Amino acid sequence: MPKSGEAFWWSLFSAGGMVAALLLPIHVLLSGIAAPLGCVSAEAFGRQMQALVSHPLTKIYLFVLFSLTFFHCVHRIRHTLYDTGLREYQTPIAVICYGMALIGTVATVFVLLAI
Amino acid sequence: MREPYRRPMSSTTWWLSKRIYVLFMLRELTSVLIAAFLVVYLIQLAQLGQGAEAYTAFVERLASPGWIIFHLLVLIAALYHSITWFNLTPQVIVLRWGEEQVPPVFIAGSHYVAWLAVSVAIVWIVVGN
Repeated sequence: MPKSGEAFWWSLFSAGGMVAALLLPIHVLLSGIAAPLGCVSAEAFGRQMQALVSHPLTKIYLFVLFSLTFFHCVHRIRHTLYDTGLREYQTPIAVICYGMALIGTVATVFVLLAI
Repeated sequence: MREPYRRPMSSTTWWLSKRIYVLFMLRELTSVLIAAFLVVYLIQLAQLGQGAEAYTAFVERLASPGWIIFHLLVLIAALYHSITWFNLTPQVIVLRWGEEQVPPVFIAGSHYVAWLAVSVAIVWIVVGN
């Protein structure tokens, strides 16, 4: 991994860290806990999500949320792997980690465009 | 020339030696849970491509105890990330107001206020209308 590329990955890391810190907890609470447990009517929630995600602005919002958070996560996982003794395998680890974030980002684009 | 002294240390388990290292490692591991959540959330959103009914059916399946426990763990991880992230902001952002430095508490505090405002706004957009 050339040293010159590091600033780019760290900038994605900090942008993703801020986006995740501000936005993720409420998404987990709403879509992973409140809606499944029926705190909000699942049917009304589904209709509202359909209406919201059909709007281009929501798609852009979700694209930013998913892509930046994916890159933030793999950056952390990459450095944790280095720090737990896999320092000799820096290049393959970096390629696998960022490759997975890229796959996640492309999948997000396909999902959002199909709605 | 003499070799510099290096304290013998395991390269895989060094972080178990001190509480603060364990907390650091826990914070790093929150990213694994958060990435797993994003994948599940993306599959959930993909159901909207088949219509609102498919989405509702998927959400109702997430009511099983295993999924609720998963999402509770993700919520704890996400909150841990948010709190440690906002608490670090005063070390990254140093603001001056004239001659005075803006107190670190104010910088972290403004992030907490923004977090609350954004969360309330999202609840209002998704549920309140």
